[in-house]
Amino acid sequence: MREFGYQRAGDVSGAVALIAADPDARYLGGGTNLVDLMKAGVERPARLVDVRELPLDGIEPTPEGGLRIGATVTNSDLAAHPEVRRRYPALTQAVLAGASGQLRNMATVGGNLLQRTRCGYFTDLSKPCNKRAPGSGCPAVTGEHHNHAILGATDHCVAVHPSDMGVALAALDAAVTYETSDRQGKSPIADFYLPVGDTPHRETALPPGALITGVVLPPAPVAARSRYRKVRERASYAFAIASVAAALDVEDGVVRDARLAFGAVASRPWRARAAESVLIGAPADGTTFGTAADAELAAARPLPDNGYKVTLVRNLVVAVLTELAEEAAR
Amino acid sequence: MTTATTGRTEVKGAVGTAHTRVEGRDKVTGAARYAGEVPFADLAHGWLALSTVARGRVRSIDTDAVLGMPGVLAVLHHGNAPRVDTDYIGLLGIPPDPTAAVFQDDRVPHAGWPVALVVAETPEQAREAAEALVVTYDEEPHDTALTSDHPGAYPADGHMPAETEKGDLAAGLASSAFVVDEEYTTPEEHHSMMEPHAATALWDGGRLEVIDSNQGATWVQTELAKMFSLDESAVRVRSEHIGGGFGSKGLRAHQVSAVMAATVLHRPVRVVMTRRQMFSLAGYRSPTAQRVRLGADGDGRLRALEHRSLNQTSTVYEFVEPGAGVARVMYDADAHRTANHVVRLDVPSPTFMRAPGEAPGSFAIESALDELAERCGLDPIELRLRNEPEAGPVSGLPFSSRNLAACFREGARRFGWAERDPRPGMRRNGRWLLGTGTAAASFGAGAGPSTALLTAEADGTFTVRIAAADLGTGARTALTLVAADALEVTPERVRVRIGDSDFGPAMIAGGSMGTRSWAWAITEAARDLRERLALGTTVPPEGITVRSDTTAALGALAQKERHSFGAQFAEVAVDTATGEVRVRRMLGIFAAGRIVNPLTARNQLVGGMIWGISMALHEEAVRDRSTGGLYAPDLAGYHVATHADVGDIDADWVEDHDPDDPVGIKGVGEIGIVGAAAAVANAVWHATGVRHRSLPIRPDRVLSATAPTAGGGADA
Repeated sequence: MREFGYQRAGDVSGAVALIAADPDARYLGGGTNLVDLMKAGVERPARLVDVRELPLDGIEPTPEGGLRIGATVTNSDLAAHPEVRRRYPALTQAVLAGASGQLRNMATVGGNLLQRTRCGYFTDLSKPCNKRAPGSGCPAVTGEHHNHAILGATDHCVAVHPSDMGVALAALDAAVTYETSDRQGKSPIADFYLPVGDTPHRETALPPGALITGVVLPPAPVAARSRYRKVRERASYAFAIASVAAALDVEDGVVRDARLAFGAVASRPWRARAAESVLIGAPADGTTFGTAADAELAAARPLPDNGYKVTLVRNLVVAVLTELAEEAAR
Repeated sequence: MTTATTGRTEVKGAVGTAHTRVEGRDKVTGAARYAGEVPFADLAHGWLALSTVARGRVRSIDTDAVLGMPGVLAVLHHGNAPRVDTDYIGLLGIPPDPTAAVFQDDRVPHAGWPVALVVAETPEQAREAAEALVVTYDEEPHDTALTSDHPGAYPADGHMPAETEKGDLAAGLASSAFVVDEEYTTPEEHHSMMEPHAATALWDGGRLEVIDSNQGATWVQTELAKMFSLDESAVRVRSEHIGGGFGSKGLRAHQVSAVMAATVLHRPVRVVMTRRQMFSLAGYRSPTAQRVRLGADGDGRLRALEHRSLNQTSTVYEFVEPGAGVARVMYDADAHRTANHVVRLDVPSPTFMRAPGEAPGSFAIESALDELAERCGLDPIELRLRNEPEAGPVSGLPFSSRNLAACFREGARRFGWAERDPRPGMRRNGRWLLGTGTAAASFGAGAGPSTALLTAEADGTFTVRIAAADLGTGARTALTLVAADALEVTPERVRVRIGDSDFGPAMIAGGSMGTRSWAWAITEAARDLRERLALGTTVPPEGITVRSDTTAALGALAQKERHSFGAQFAEVAVDTATGEVRVRRMLGIFAAGRIVNPLTARNQLVGGMIWGISMALHEEAVRDRSTGGLYAPDLAGYHVATHADVGDIDADWVEDHDPDDPVGIKGVGEIGIVGAAAAVANAVWHATGVRHRSLPIRPDRVLSATAPTAGGGADA
């Protein structure tokens, strides 16, 4: 493990300036992923700039009627916030489905968005990986990939994004705010994660040196009835093999509004817009839900050992939407 | 101060009474030091550099570059390391795994093989330098894939004969009314104990001292002495507290490389394995490919039984995971054939792991029994009761005690088995299909020669010194209770010191034999001491010490089939839309001889059962075929059961008395896992109608399984 310097930033501009001055420095949030990667040698920063004490730990209403969540809000505080629980229950459920209590106490919203894939080739320096060492190859395509991507992947990389929180944020049309040394910026989550293409090492649209300052949730009445379901290979403390964030508004048996996003199927949280367009205006029944899932999954390109994910996601979509529709009918 | 021995209060009854760990307070307050934590002046730190190729030769090691790095003291490798001897038979009667004898030549037999040890002033410096060390290889094509039809497979003995055969199997199967012929597989599994392997070696006035975490201080002492051609009296190994072993903590690369470095540098050197390193250096349970053929007559009595098990081993060491051995104890048939085969691959050497042989073997045969019960239309418990053998199916020897039927009857009563509808796929609760399953368990009850020192102290207390190992199981406490009863004093007057090779030879903590072996030695010593004290002797200030040695007594024990038995019960819920399997309820009833400490014995049994859940549903190390190394070898990639995976679980025992046995203790270390995975798999069949013959029963496998057709089952 490389020796590294450590500095605690006093304010946002100071943090940004420290990083701008040193391309070999990294922001440190909760450290729940970065420190692991440093131990494994995947990340070798010369300096860590600790941003956890920055005044970005609030959750405030926005003038538009949404919520603004600071970047250093811990996963635990986010999940427990009464307004989040009331207005965006899928977000609370998604956060609580991830990691463990101890990790959620440390992990931050900004760090969660930037966590790296848990692909076993990426985290192992003794193996090739295009994301870690561009041009070295992707052994997962022909190797172990039963928990790899079925949507949006290329031969250059088939890794999946590990975040649960991000899946809920994708369904909720969240936007990421950030700051660089010369400007403030905002990126809708749909544009925040870059397509894999032939540059899997380039993961987000953040400008170099940018610090995530928060996440803005727009008002979303549909989200009051929302759900996050995660399937993993043990009952707790494992990354998803598939997950679904869904929100459903049903009136007179017809879907008035719907939000749907999938986790653990792509390099980013996967917003299922094709499915949503099938859902909206259609009868809120199992046939519609299945058709909607199929519409989204028509683009799936499973590998030899992960075709089950197509079935799993379809089943999850039908199960979760059915649950929400039944709840609406009560 | 001297104390007369008269006037002692006669006390009995410590054995059988729940007692918390005598060192519990030290452990929870941090006063107990583990091997990697014991402070030493002038301590240097070694870090192992491992091969990145699965087969080949080391071409070059660029030591110059790292020797200039901060704090680096030495780089040991095959070109400069001390030579060691591996041509010997160790304490357990087997040759050493040459995997431990690091840096002897340039050959790389598997990915993750130690190619160098970098020693530096701090662990951080050593790690950074080891990671910076450039090693080049002449790489050769590797074969790391175990397949059931691998052409390199051959019969191998291990600690039992490779093959047994009686009767005409083909004729037995042909004349059977019901036949099961299936293949079962289990994956590569790792011990994953909490405490990583750690050792500190130093030379102290011509004597080698090693502070280690191991399953037998004398074991490691004698192996190190032989390997480094030292007199045994010139080596002392201590291992006071151990955070789990499960079969993995014998002689390994960390002790040997630490001794090499301490020898070269003339100062104490510590080597600790990382979690990732443990996945290639600490041993593991080999994957198995098993085939079971059963033939039964119309009322379920076995006519033919065949169990074949194949496992992988390394190219440098033959380790047999004897899956087929379990049938030699459990079930008889006129035609009876068992075989353990191995194939040598470019992989690390596997080793003993909790219930070696029985754990994977019981998954296969107890699943097959369940399939046979289904075919015969018999209750799975009734099928097993009808096939209780009179004597050892292969040995013909009588059983010392075989209370399997009592376990099933008591377990069935407590689990509510009588109300079970045998038909699969019939019970639903919301999105969950529910099912129950059962399986039998057995594990050998052996003992190994041990010596003990027992001292009557002048202050009226007693000190036991024995080279036992407490892996976290509560062995130290159990021995305290045994000694107290043998001396007829309260446990508070007994101090048990363990984990020091200076206490003399003793059995290792392994094979479920530790407590039985050590208790035997302590009981013999106590008998002698009480005779000495009964004479009214005055205890001098240095105390009175007696020594026992059970070698002769062990040799005099009648040849019998000596085993623990058990009945496992599981209730599972399966969501066939997501593939999730949850174990809601589990009960194990065991016949495991005399239970010394009910508190820690239940811990052991429940711990084994939880591992069985983990084996059934989660644990699997995946080998990446292109690199030959493991995929995601850490505790994020290698899943063990979490608390949330364990529902309502309990273990209990029935009376299990063997009048012929001078100790009566059978051991509870391993039997808890035996049969547990089969009980879960059988319950999954009962819930869904689908048989899962490959572990773990992952969600993708449940999802991909053919849906059951009306009136019939399906396979996965």
